Amino acid sequence: MSIISVRDLVVEYDGRRVLDGLNLDIVPGEITVLLGGSGSGKSTLLRQILGLERPKSGSISIKGTDITCCSPADLKNLRRSIGVAFQSAALFNSLSLEDNVALTLREHTALAPSIIDLIVWLKLAVVGLADFGKLRPQELSGGMKKRAAVARALAMDPEILVLDEPSAGLDPIVAAELDELILFLKETFQITALVVTHELASAFRIADRIAMLFNGKLLAVGTKDEIRAIQHPRVRQFLNRVPDSPVHTPAFASHLERYVHGQEAKP
Amino acid sequence: MANLLETAGRETLNQFDYVGSLNIQFWATLRGMRMALPLIGNRHRWHAAAHQILEIGLNALPMVALMAMCSGFILAMQGASELRRFGALHFVIDLVAVGFTRELGPLLTAIAVSGRSGSAFAAEIGTMKVTEEIDALKVMAFEPVEFVLAPKYLAALVAVPCLSIVAALFGILAGGLFMLFSTHLDLLLYFRYVLTSIELRDVVAAMIKSLAFATIIAHVGCLEGLRVRGGPDAVGRSTTSAVVRSTFMVIVADAIFTTIFYFAGKT
Repeated sequence: MSIISVRDLVVEYDGRRVLDGLNLDIVPGEITVLLGGSGSGKSTLLRQILGLERPKSGSISIKGTDITCCSPADLKNLRRSIGVAFQSAALFNSLSLEDNVALTLREHTALAPSIIDLIVWLKLAVVGLADFGKLRPQELSGGMKKRAAVARALAMDPEILVLDEPSAGLDPIVAAELDELILFLKETFQITALVVTHELASAFRIADRIAMLFNGKLLAVGTKDEIRAIQHPRVRQFLNRVPDSPVHTPAFASHLERYVHGQEAKP
Repeated sequence: MANLLETAGRETLNQFDYVGSLNIQFWATLRGMRMALPLIGNRHRWHAAAHQILEIGLNALPMVALMAMCSGFILAMQGASELRRFGALHFVIDLVAVGFTRELGPLLTAIAVSGRSGSAFAAEIGTMKVTEEIDALKVMAFEPVEFVLAPKYLAALVAVPCLSIVAALFGILAGGLFMLFSTHLDLLLYFRYVLTSIELRDVVAAMIKSLAFATIIAHVGCLEGLRVRGGPDAVGRSTTSAVVRSTFMVIVADAIFTTIFYFAGKT
């Protein structure tokens, strides 16, 4: 039984098809990585799963509720069981880190302030930011912001954790730390995670299952070993980091050669 | 010719789209505003609204007061230079009192608030759009209209009429100072004349105008912010557009209201 089920999903922007009849099942308790190049439709699929946009056709069921046709109240209830860390972290700049994490707890629960403070401290401690709760997002480094976004996503103890490009723009050490954090969260909280990335190393480190997207279609879905074994040319090209077409600049090369040998007038 | 018609048609549709969006946003914000009210609403929204009232009202007070003082002096001097020729200098009091209560108080305030707070609304919401904070609010099961727009609108509804009263008072005071220096008319006596020349319907008309201006400024600023697409440059454009559009709409609304009150006053 899948916790998220995408069926025949079609998404178009101004008549341009971005997702084309996509089918995907996300198994509870697993980390599913959406892998694909730029413009493959990863972020679009994510926005659809989060109910931020409506598809042209198809359905997306989360915990048995079709979010493409459910009521706004149902969607709101469903969203309380999903924690999302955006690519840009999307922390509220007017609030401190503590307040960012506490926001949903204060607004959606009747917990006492002392309990909320304790939960906030715990969530920040999980991501290693317990000592930075008083800081504002603009005072944090890129890696800290990403971890803070994860802490905020975990605030309501969600069943599903969605991470959009968690390691994008981070140095390899911080990116690796974030991968370990995601694995730690899965082990500790038995959380279902959907991670969107195009970082191969990160994907193969954390994934239980990888779904590869290309041009709005799902090329392959499987475990890490299954994906590695696939011989589909696009999958091989992506995994082996082969460019679409080699860069040919014969005119520039010959010009440069003449310039180096002094045959071309220097500017 | 076909291109011209095409452009005119597209622009007309865009304007209809804009007005339609403003209308939808207005009703949605009205529905969400209950949550921003003190005692019956959500205390976090009310706190946000109170903060915005201080931001729009208190912080703009010195600027609005100074603008009103300068305009009061200008109006009194310009009026006096003409009325003196007819031996009707005392009509300067009526001119300043009625002019500021009915017209210049609300209008000057609206122009100041539009430039100061309307642009700030657009910039704040536009930045929230660009940094995915609006999406973050949605996935955290918050209504952006209730969370962001309603406190701002409520604050504008409270602050703009209050500022209009202050602007009228300072404008009238400037007229009084002019009369004191030019004709040695006692300030107390001046204010007695002012009270006899102002009628209740002038104050009511000013309050109606102020509420309408506050609605225009808040909604145009917020809509411009919500329509931001792209990066930081789009935020800059939305800020400019918020000021230009809201100032234009305030003046058009002022003309409409003045016409209505003029004909209503004649009957």
